[in-house]
Parts: sequence; structure tokens; C-alpha cells
Amino acid sequence: MLRVSNLSVDFSRYGRSTQVPEAICSVDLDVRAGEILGVVGESGSGKSLLAHAILGLLPANARMGGEITFKGQTLDKMNIQILRGRDIALIPQSVAYLNPFKTVRSQVLRAACLSGLPHSEAALASDAALSRYGLDSTAQRLYPHQLSGGMARRALTATATTGNASLLVADEPTTGLDHSTAGETLRHLRQLADSGKAVLLITHDILAALKVADRVAVFLGGMVLEIALASDFNTGACLRHPYTQALWQALPRNAFMNAPARSHTGSSTSHGCVYAGDCPLSDHVCRNTLPEWKDVAGGRVRCHHA
Amino acid sequence: MSGCILLFTGLVFAAQIMDTGGLATNLGLRHMPPSLGHLFGTDWLGRDMLTRTILGLYEGLKLGVLAALCSGCISLILGSVAGFHGGRVDQFISGLINVVMATPHLVLLILISFVLGGGTRGVILAVALSHWPQLARIIRAEVKQLKNATYVLLSARLGHSKLWIIRRHLLPHLVPQCMIGVMLLAPHAILHAAGLTFLGFGVSPHAPSIGMLLAESMRHISTGYWWLAVIPGASLVLMVLAFDTLGSTARALLNPKTRQE
Amino acid sequence: MCLCLGRIAAIIATVAVLSFVLVSYSPIDPVDAYMGTRILTISPEHREQIARSWGLDQPAPQRLATWASNLARGDFGRSIIFNEPVMDVIAKRFAASLWLMAAAWTMSGVIGFGLGVLAGMYPGSPLDRGIRVYALTLASTPTFWIGLLLLVVFAVGLGWAPICCAAPPGVPMDEANLLQRLHHLALPALTLSIIGVAQIAMHTREKMIEIRHSEYALFARAMGESDWGFVRHHALRGVALPAITLQFASLGELFGGSILAEQVFSYPGLGQATVEAGLRGDVPLLLGIVIFSTAFVCVGNLAADVLYWIVDPRMRITEAL
Repeated sequence: MLRVSNLSVDFSRYGRSTQVPEAICSVDLDVRAGEILGVVGESGSGKSLLAHAILGLLPANARMGGEITFKGQTLDKMNIQILRGRDIALIPQSVAYLNPFKTVRSQVLRAACLSGLPHSEAALASDAALSRYGLDSTAQRLYPHQLSGGMARRALTATATTGNASLLVADEPTTGLDHSTAGETLRHLRQLADSGKAVLLITHDILAALKVADRVAVFLGGMVLEIALASDFNTGACLRHPYTQALWQALPRNAFMNAPARSHTGSSTSHGCVYAGDCPLSDHVCRNTLPEWKDVAGGRVRCHHA
Repeated sequence: MSGCILLFTGLVFAAQIMDTGGLATNLGLRHMPPSLGHLFGTDWLGRDMLTRTILGLYEGLKLGVLAALCSGCISLILGSVAGFHGGRVDQFISGLINVVMATPHLVLLILISFVLGGGTRGVILAVALSHWPQLARIIRAEVKQLKNATYVLLSARLGHSKLWIIRRHLLPHLVPQCMIGVMLLAPHAILHAAGLTFLGFGVSPHAPSIGMLLAESMRHISTGYWWLAVIPGASLVLMVLAFDTLGSTARALLNPKTRQE
Repeated sequence: MCLCLGRIAAIIATVAVLSFVLVSYSPIDPVDAYMGTRILTISPEHREQIARSWGLDQPAPQRLATWASNLARGDFGRSIIFNEPVMDVIAKRFAASLWLMAAAWTMSGVIGFGLGVLAGMYPGSPLDRGIRVYALTLASTPTFWIGLLLLVVFAVGLGWAPICCAAPPGVPMDEANLLQRLHHLALPALTLSIIGVAQIAMHTREKMIEIRHSEYALFARAMGESDWGFVRHHALRGVALPAITLQFASLGELFGGSILAEQVFSYPGLGQATVEAGLRGDVPLLLGIVIFSTAFVCVGNLAADVLYWIVDPRMRITEAL
């Protein structure tokens, strides 16, 4: 459904872009209908930027390289504006993304109108979305600042799903939620995927991703290092990239062994692998040459030593 | 910035050494439009408008700057007293600030000017007494913040007298802020002083300020002598703009993080 | 709400008392000011009689008490210049000024808001740059000079508008028809609007830029909103609120500006009356105008607060708490 090829994003500051590290560098991934692709990575690794790039919502001083295709069609400035809200929807992070001056109901209704439905059907669709996520008439008349964390999350999901989008990009859907509300949110995403939609789940919570995702893409420093099946994380044996292995070891059920501390300078300034600085296997080649994608059982990995 | 400073020194210098011969009434040269001989034209008594404008601007500048300085002193004293002492004193001064700010500016100016009996002194004090609240508020907030700073509390604990603390710790912060405040206040003070003199308060025949000039010109423009009002007014605008730029640049230099309003 | 009204009443009362005290310490003798050069023609006894009839022979605290109790009953005294009760003078003159201020307020509000939204939608564009230069220049321009410029260009030069007054010569103001009134209002109202537009345009522009960078703007675009759809359905409320508050808060400046504009165009409003009262020493009228204008501005600020409370849903919750 969605294919991202060699995507890179950098920002020009004050009109000059030399010596500014790329925020996203050479990202490749694809999401299929009916599946959830989890994009996991540390905070600041560029995941939200990926979501914005797909939706064409990058800031004015951002430059995008590479290609994004949706349903076979290359996305550019023109068609992304038409597809946004209709066929591609965003489930944003927090209640701050809702208009503080409008009630929940009016925002969902507006989203329904924007998704291409005629006005009469829009009202029905928005009502259906609201009741699907358990927001009754009292809740619908509330303003964003009056919503609890869980209600806000459900309102955001309702806004995004009131139309008939085929691709949903969920940006950090479980941040700041308690365990049961987070679980409920993830269940909703699973239901959406099971109904045939493609879901791109972006999160720094690897456990959340592993609960519902079909495949997981590991993000670090603006690059995707490995795309593996979620089931591969059960044993860790099939994980190839040293960083992914370190992440697996850091899981609570695997005794919390920390990956070595990284210096947070963002993405690579040299042209080698982003993990070269901390990887136990890194050598001269790793530091200077970007690894190519290698297909392995169940996924792909980007490492010279895989 | 340097251009503005040059402009001002030039103005002051010109006003001092200007050949006031141009002010002599010369009925043969009445109502002449701007020309090479008389760049700003002449008025109904044949006086050269360029001379009159420069002298008027100089008077206006004096009025505004003196008023701004007075205002700065008042704000500094009242603002720091309010912030430093807190309690009833602070409540009283804050109440005073609210009351002065609740009255429409020009009405207050007219009232105070009337009370002080008109004249140049009346105008300066009127402008000073109506402009101090804004700056006083800022200084009060600063002092309150500084008062609770660790090093000040420590200083008090070490036994230093209040006066010593004020002199050593508070004034070095406040004085530059106050100076910038005065520089930003000055354009408004000049405009308000011009407005007051335009209305007829503070009339002083020896030193006709720009406001008075424009008021007199108003009587004559209905007969078509537009240069009597348009050009002096434009010069006033330029002068105030220059002052404004000066103040903004000074503020930016002092604190580069300040957003340009 | 009651607290707000109480605070306003306290402020007005303080203004009243302070003004009275100030005026009583004025070096100007009200009798001398009233009589002017005729002071030489009257005998000292006659002068004393006038002073007594105005209650000037009483000690200051007693005069204050008398005046305050009169005020409480709604009696503002009698104007020396117009020889009418002060309230009547204020009422008549304010009616004229109200037309002027209302016209200017509406024009500057609507045009300023529109320009601010446009500038905020397209920052860096030629329109935006133009608006910023306009606002900066206008902040350094005296109101009365704008009035003089308009007078020169439109009244004297082109003859499109009258040079002075509120109605054609020979026609009393209340008998002038709507068209005539508007014709005479046009230039003074334009003068006031030109200045007012700058401030509100800049403020609205700042707010608009802030909103466009907010998170809910991003989400709106993600939902598929176009630029103008965003303005209409999402941004308007957020931008209109600060603009309206600013407009109400600018009533004080509007009043001051109208004093200058009325002077330039000889428009017989409250502003001109204030100048007359100040120049000719009409103490009762001056005090009355000070109190009235302060009350006017305070009520304006209160209206802004109330409006904010009604329109912004977030305020209602915090107020209730």
C-alpha cells in the first residue's frame, strides 16, 4: 500500500544547508494492507518526522529526497493534499492537536466532511465513529481541555477513522497513557488493521509495538536498520542487526541489559552506519560506507556484518 | 543606528547655530511654496519654514526627552519601592498605577497640564506624570524577581544593609533596564508633547514647538498652503521614527534574545 | 463579576477624588480664568460674590464632601463655558463623538483584522512587508498630522469632503440627515481608523502566525483542510478573540485620538469640549469629562473580559473553579 524509498529529509537553516546533518537519511520501508508496521526507535531518532514526511506536512525549510508511493502512485505536493484526510489519515500524539475552541463532536464532524463524504453522510459517519470509540453524547459536547487522557486518545482516533482512509499513521499513540488505556488503544489499531487498513505505528515503546504489530522497523539516528517480523522478537535468535539485538536484550523480560550509551548528536555526520560509534562489531568499513539492504528470512537488515 | 545618532547631533547643532535671520518677517516673501531658496517654503509672515521647523523640532525634542527622563526617574523610584517593600506600600503603588492607566491618556494630560497652569513646565510634567505607570510596572516586576534571587537573599543573611543591597545588587540590573525604557518612552513622549502643544496647552511664544507650529499652520491650509503643515509634520514623523529605531536597536543590543515587537 | 464592578467603582471613585484634589491645588484661580480680561472690569466685592456662589470660599475638605455628595446624586455641577448642567453638555457632545468613535472603531477593527489575517497567512510576502512598514511608520505619526494630511488632500485639494464641523453650515446637528452626517464624519473617522488599523493588524498577524505553527493547525492540515478552510473553520475563533480584546482595550487611545481629530476638523464632540474646558478653566466640566471618560474606558475593558469569558471555553472552566 505504502512504499517509502530512499527517503531523506534535511533542513536548511537561514537559507544555507551545508554541514547540517540530515534528519532522516535513506529510509526504506513498506506497509501492506491489513498489517501493522511498527516503527520503533529512541526519542529524537526522527520517527515523527517520517510521519510528517509521508503526509506532506514538513516545515517550509525542509527538503525531501527519495520517493514515497501510495497505492502505486508517487506522492507529490499536489496529490498529497487531496489524499490527506481522505485516504491517508494521521492519529496524532496528544490532545494538543485538537482545536481548543471546538467540541469533540464538531471536530469529528469536520473531519468527516473533509474525508469526502457528502454532508448528510458525514453526520452519520461521525456519529458512528464516536460511538465506536465509546464517546457518548455527554462526552461529545466536551472541549479538548475537559477530556481525560483516555477520552482524548479515543477522540483523536475517532477523528482519524471517521472517513474511509486506507492508510493510518499513528504517531506515538500510547505515550502518557496508563496500561489499560494504552492496551485499549492498541486493540483499536489491531481492529483497524484487521478490517483491511494499513497501519503505520510509530512509537518509542517497543513492548507496545510488539503487542500488536506484524512487522517491526528499527529506527536509529534517522535511518532504518532492520525490518523484522514481530514474532522474531520472541526469541531474539533471528534478529540480525547488533542494535536490534541490544534492544532485545534491554527488554524487561530479558534482564534489562542496556545498550551502550550513545552520544546524541542526531544522525550520522560521516557517511557510515549510524551505529558505528557504539557497535561492538564496527570497523573501518562500517564507519565510512553506508551498509546496503540485505534480504533475510522474514525481513531485511542493513549491516555490513549481517 | 549611527545614522540616527548623526541625525540627532546634526539637529541639535543646527538648532544652536542656525541663522535665525530666516525668522524675520518678510512680507514680500509671504506664502511661497518650497523652492531652492526656501526648501520648506515660507509662511504667512514670510518667515522661512525650514528654520521654523528645525527650531520647532528641537523644542519638541527637548520637551519629549525631558519628560521621558522625568518619567524614568519616577518609574524607577516608585517601581523599585513597590517591588522591594511589598505589602501595603506595593498595594498602594499598584493601585495608583491602575488608576492612572484607567484614565484615557490625553484626558489625563489635559487635566494635569491645566492643574499646573500650562506653560512648558506644565507640558513636561503632564507627559511625565502620565507615562510612568508602564515602566514602573516593569521595574516592579524586575525588582520582585531580583529580590528573591539567591544571591540577594544570601547577601541579606550576611548582614548587609538594605541600602547596600540596593546599591550593589539591584541598581546595576535596574539602571540599564530603566535607560532602555526611557529611550523607548521618548518617542511617545515627543508625540504626546506635540499633541498637547497642538491643542494649545503649554503655549510659549519664545519657543514655538512643532505642535504649536502645526496648530498655527492649520488655520492657513484651507486656503491651499499645504506645505505649512505637511512638511513640518513629515519631519516630526522622521524624527520620531529615528528615535524609535535608536531605542529598539539599543534594546536588541542589550538583550539579543528579546523579540522585536 | 461583582468583584469586577466593585473594582471599577473603586477606580472611578479614586480618579474622581484625585482629580478634585489636583484641581484644587491648581495655581489657576477659577474666577480669574472664567473672567479672563474682564477681571479688571469688576469690583472686588463682585468677584467675592462669584467665588461664594461657586462655593469657593469654603475650606477644601468641605468642598470635596459637597462635590462628592452631589456626584452621588448625579449632579455634576454646572459648566461655566456653556452655562448648562455638566451632564447635559456631556450627553450632547458625547452623542456626536459616539458616531465618530463608533465609525472609526468599526472600520479600524474590520480592516485591521482582515489585513492582519492576510499578513499572517502569507508571512514574508510583499503584502506582509507592506503592512509591517505601515504599522511601524504609523506608530511614529501623530494623529493630528494624519488629520491635517487628509484635510489637505481630500477637503482642500479634491473637495470631496467638508473642511469642518458635523453638519453643513446653518444646519443644527440634530437636524442633519444621515447622509450629511456621514459626509462630515468621513474624514475624522478615517483619521482615527488609519492609526487604529496599524495596531490591530500587527497583533492579529502575530496571533495568526502563532496559530499556524500550533499543533492543531498541523492536525487540521492532516485532515485535509485547505489554507482558507483552516482560517474559516479553525483559526478564526482563536484569532478573533485577542483582536476583539485589543479593540476594546484601545478605547482609551480612541478617546484621546478623537480629541485631536475633533480639533483638526472642528467637530463639535466631547473631545473639543475637553480642550475648551482645559484651556478656559471650566473646572466642573473638566472634572465631569475626566470621570465620564474613565468610566467609559473601564466599562470597555470589562466588556472585553466578559466577551472573552463567553467565547473562550477554556476560561469558563477556570472561572468556575
